[in-house]
Amino acid sequence: MENPYLPYPVRIDDIEIATEDKSLKTFKFVFLDPEDEKKFSYRAGQFAELSIPGVGEIPIGIASSPVEKGFVKFTVFRTGVVTSHLHNMKVGDIMGIRGPLGNWYPWDKLENKNVVIIGGGFAFTTLRSSIIYMLDPANRKKFKNIDVVYGARSPGMLLYREELYEWEKRDDIRMHITVDGTNDPTWKYHKGFVPQIVEQNAPKADADTYAIICGPPIMIKFTQPALTALGYKEHQIIMSLENRMKCGIGMCGRCNIGKELVCKDGPVFTLAQLNKTPKEY
Amino acid sequence: MKFITIDKKNWAKGIEKSRETYRLFGPVKDKNGSFIRDLENDMLPDMSCNDSVLSAKSVLFPQTEKILFTTLDESQKDHHIMKRVPGDSAKRAVLGIRPYDAKAIQLVKLNFDTDDYRDPYWCDAYEATTFVGVGINKPGPFDFSTAAGTGPFSETGLDVLMADLDNAYLAKVLTDKGGAFMTSCGFDTAADEKESQALFDILRKEAEKNISSRIDTDKLKDKTVLELHEAPFWDDIAFSCINCGTCTFVCPTCWCFDIQDEAKQKSASRFRNWDTCMSPLFTKHATGHNPRDSKTQRVRQRFMHKLKYFLDKYDQGIMCVGCGRCVKSCPVNIDIREVCKIMNSYEKKE
Repeated sequence: MENPYLPYPVRIDDIEIATEDKSLKTFKFVFLDPEDEKKFSYRAGQFAELSIPGVGEIPIGIASSPVEKGFVKFTVFRTGVVTSHLHNMKVGDIMGIRGPLGNWYPWDKLENKNVVIIGGGFAFTTLRSSIIYMLDPANRKKFKNIDVVYGARSPGMLLYREELYEWEKRDDIRMHITVDGTNDPTWKYHKGFVPQIVEQNAPKADADTYAIICGPPIMIKFTQPALTALGYKEHQIIMSLENRMKCGIGMCGRCNIGKELVCKDGPVFTLAQLNKTPKEY
Repeated sequence: MKFITIDKKNWAKGIEKSRETYRLFGPVKDKNGSFIRDLENDMLPDMSCNDSVLSAKSVLFPQTEKILFTTLDESQKDHHIMKRVPGDSAKRAVLGIRPYDAKAIQLVKLNFDTDDYRDPYWCDAYEATTFVGVGINKPGPFDFSTAAGTGPFSETGLDVLMADLDNAYLAKVLTDKGGAFMTSCGFDTAADEKESQALFDILRKEAEKNISSRIDTDKLKDKTVLELHEAPFWDDIAFSCINCGTCTFVCPTCWCFDIQDEAKQKSASRFRNWDTCMSPLFTKHATGHNPRDSKTQRVRQRFMHKLKYFLDKYDQGIMCVGCGRCVKSCPVNIDIREVCKIMNSYEKKE
């Protein structure tokens, strides 16, 4: 029987600085054993434990998309012991990945629906995974309109900038990129906070429209009223939560909100579900 | 053979014989009280102690357990690739485990052995273990096990249940595992089934009569999580709590754990350690944000988990076996029986 605590060995294949302040880096990992890549079969919205022997483990959303093969990608903010260590590692170093863990966004339910993606700051990783998945030629026809509202403090703090600007040019996805502020006179996208851009640009809700939100608590708090004003019901608002985690498999007991464990019963919940649980996140 | 009589004169010899097949655990008294320990050669379990300070959960779930290891020496072939610490599948037996502690292990099993994941450390240890319990003839003042779905002669989770009859033990063999252990001890004096069962029934009734404290849990199920979570009584309950975590450590059903890494020179190890929901660090995010920042939130989490979340999630009663250890050990006299009463009788004012 498999040991769920045992990570798959991976090699760091590439490291990219993701934001201008260098607080985020994107790590590309390749599995040492190609069989492990098959076992690590994931869907957009899931997370994994990045596992550094002798240092520790961290739960991080998977930023690569199931339609991208041969590697997995994670964008990591330097903040604690493990993430700081990871930021100092080099291409070629060996470490581990445990997963995939948790639930994905409800892709079956989202078929033939309009999807509005709302992200802020560095909570855009599993949303990137989702966009790449939906835009894949094999999948695009499964969804109706796709709108993306994504904001950061400044242009240099936007994740995956090259991709954002490419998506901007396409006609099968509507991008609403925004920054809190910028002195750049050539900036041609929105200026303003995410809730405000949502209110002004996101489509009004009908029964076939769902919103997926990821972001810092303050952004989520102020985006909810904007969505309610646009007619979104609580079952049409899908969120991904974060809590302190260790095991990632529903056993160690710390990430619960009521009887739900964020790691195993989440991290994806609808607002309708969250409204029935204590707000301990 | 369902019932076996064991003359106490033969007890030590039989236990010694079982060591050929089993590693033994059992209660041992020291200056701090009675603890379940690995019984090294010549050590005998102290079968007379009513309850150990800590429960028997540590036999399957040690306070600290090394789970993975690797080398950090890059000249080695498998450096930085973690491996499982070789499992110990050798048979073991816990002697003198109390019925409520055996029931607690069945509750903990719901967490470690699920449809989605199997915790190999806990489950392997569980499968290798035989539980030889002894009934409690004279339950102590903190015991409310009969109201918590078990009792002084409950058989749940045991392979053998023994009754202490002064000069002898009368053993009821409940499983094949239990039978195998009795055989390994050479205990083979069959006792009359009907008479023995009648004796067990009398002892059970006598013991249950001694239990004067109880809890009522009948109304917990019908209340919503939010109703109880938002109830006004939590600050009062938590007022005297110092968040020491004693209740979680002595509890036979508390299973929460932490995972920590350690590196010494070129070797790295990953451990799992008991953790406690009473600690602020238990839920603190790397950003500094803490969803259960105040002690009231943490105290509420403990009681809600035991008396509501667990009940709702598994529909197998509350996550408490009524051993009374937390009541006895709490330095500020917080009493789960009182808390349960407040929760069970709470009616939200409209």
